[in-house]
Amino acid sequence: MDILINILSMTVPFSVALLLASLGEMFNQRSGVFNLGCEGIMAVGAFIGMLVPFSVGQGGAVAGGWNWLGLLLACVAGALLGLLFGLVVVTFRAPQGIAGIGLQMFGVGVAGTLFRHFVGGTQSIPGMSTTPIPLLSKIPVIGRIFFSHSIIVYLAFLFVPLAWYILFKTPWGLRVRAVGTHPRAADSMGINVNRTRYEALAVGGALAGLAGAYLSVCQVKMFSDELIAGRGFIAVALVYFGHWNPVKIMLGALLFSFAQTIQYNVQGLGMNVPYEFFVMLPYVVVVVVLAFTSRNQKTGPAALGKPFNREMRT
Amino acid sequence: MNRNFKLVYKSLVILAAIIVTLAISSLILVVLGADILRTFETIIITPLTRVGHITEVFVRAVPLCIIALGVAVAYRSGIVNIGAEGQMAMGVLGFTATALALPDLPKPILLPMALIAGVLSGGLWGFIPGILKSKLEVSELLSTVMLNYIAAQFYSFCLRVPMMDPAEALSGAGTPQSARLTTNIEIGRITGRLHYGLFIALALAVIVYLFLWKTSYGYKMRASGSQPRAARYGGIAVSRYVTLAMVISGAFAGLAGGIEIAAVHRRAIEGVTNNYGFSAVVVALFGMLHPFGIVPASFFFALLIYGSTLTPRAVGVPANIVDVMQGLIIMTIVTTQMILQNDYLMDRVWHWWCSKRKAKEA
Repeated sequence: MDILINILSMTVPFSVALLLASLGEMFNQRSGVFNLGCEGIMAVGAFIGMLVPFSVGQGGAVAGGWNWLGLLLACVAGALLGLLFGLVVVTFRAPQGIAGIGLQMFGVGVAGTLFRHFVGGTQSIPGMSTTPIPLLSKIPVIGRIFFSHSIIVYLAFLFVPLAWYILFKTPWGLRVRAVGTHPRAADSMGINVNRTRYEALAVGGALAGLAGAYLSVCQVKMFSDELIAGRGFIAVALVYFGHWNPVKIMLGALLFSFAQTIQYNVQGLGMNVPYEFFVMLPYVVVVVVLAFTSRNQKTGPAALGKPFNREMRT
Repeated sequence: MNRNFKLVYKSLVILAAIIVTLAISSLILVVLGADILRTFETIIITPLTRVGHITEVFVRAVPLCIIALGVAVAYRSGIVNIGAEGQMAMGVLGFTATALALPDLPKPILLPMALIAGVLSGGLWGFIPGILKSKLEVSELLSTVMLNYIAAQFYSFCLRVPMMDPAEALSGAGTPQSARLTTNIEIGRITGRLHYGLFIALALAVIVYLFLWKTSYGYKMRASGSQPRAARYGGIAVSRYVTLAMVISGAFAGLAGGIEIAAVHRRAIEGVTNNYGFSAVVVALFGMLHPFGIVPASFFFALLIYGSTLTPRAVGVPANIVDVMQGLIIMTIVTTQMILQNDYLMDRVWHWWCSKRKAKEA
């Protein structure tokens, strides 16, 4: 029982990076753009997020404000990378899958290069401390699982209903869904398809950048080349798994994060299985889940992956 | 629109793409405070100045070329293989396992057998995303990446436990690597570390060309890739050819892994795959998905990869700069292709140019 509580209390904070990134990817895909570069954006976000508090404090403790500045700048960098991707796939209508691989390599490369130059080796930062919610965190079991984390964790979960509201109840959300479902119809109703896609990419990029920075500032409290470890790709898979719906995506993020946290509790489980098999578990889960869910995706955005050319008849 | 204009227009577009790529890379170098010209010189010129450097470039070009040929076969058949990294790792395992299990067989039997084991392991690792794509519509972009991570973990497990060098276990150092393989599986070297695998790569380029353009299998695979619906209407079992393409692609990566062990490392160590799987995607695109383009492209990117290993000491630029350049090159290639295909845009530029010339004459 104790071990289960331990796993669950890690599952919630560990799911945040996946959750934020896949909510961002959801906005991208709802607007019709398949952004495989999520991994690269997360890497840049993670690097910038840790660089700010690191360079101010030189490894020592810094005021919390610098952590927040790191998170903010990670968002900005993520949004800029999203816009760069928009230039390639929206304006120039390049094939999105392969361009996304390019963005991923570019992002991971930039983060790795700058990290080696400005930070050097493995350097941990104090990072953002946890803020247990008064009273609620005192509840046995539930308090430890849900209410004893950093502020970003609470904000990320509060963002789930907000993302749902934005997507389904605001004019902007309607525009995003319209250009992702039937861009030509949206265009004839006076919606600027490319502009809306750029906006969605900026939002998605900002969220991916924040997700990366969450990893380096709040969760692991350092940066390394293996920090993201495919979370960007898992986030893309989660969007399929969650059928482009924020609530289902949240459940998916928790499921995958559960599979991910088991590896940190292997010893307690007393199983005689080499730990590499626990590390590969979440990736296996992704493949299996994709195998079962990919076929009935008729509910997805109809124009997903299709560039829109205003000047061409279809 | 005259012929000369088309030629000039296309050359200018390509020139602009090169300038943009160099400019953005330079921007990163400016942030690092590095000497831009000297960095590019170290990456592109220095490796060509000494025989010792050139052979090292070729050593990297061989796996790149073999994997990129496989990636091109897959791409032409309508499936993007970014899982070569994992397929290569599995190939290394298949090759090493065979070599360790049967060390006493004579070389003419053991070497081909071990290479075939590598090919089969890589092909199997390519079969999984292929069948998932054709039967269950799983995006190969996601499944191949996931299989990369799974293969990487399985690889380090094998090196750490079942295949670990008994000497490492005895001494207690525990470096995750296999025992040194016997000499009867080695592929010979020409000079330095440059090995005869080079000729295998060149032969494969010719074979892939003949396969894709001179056999009905190749035709059906290309048809499945360029117009799947038309191909299906024409009676081609598209899903079968897509799976087959992915198996071939994985087999090439597996072969590259086997050759890398037989000729360069001679034991399974960590980091054999060296990001070749991802670089090969860039090589395949840069070589215009054609074997005769891929051969020079693999040399060029091997140059970049080897050159970038020299930059940390020469100009203080981390070797990761090569990832930045490769990512940029992918994005500019796909963008440039779209611009070149856009006849309407070219038309507009032509009219703009004509009106400008008329205004000048008047």
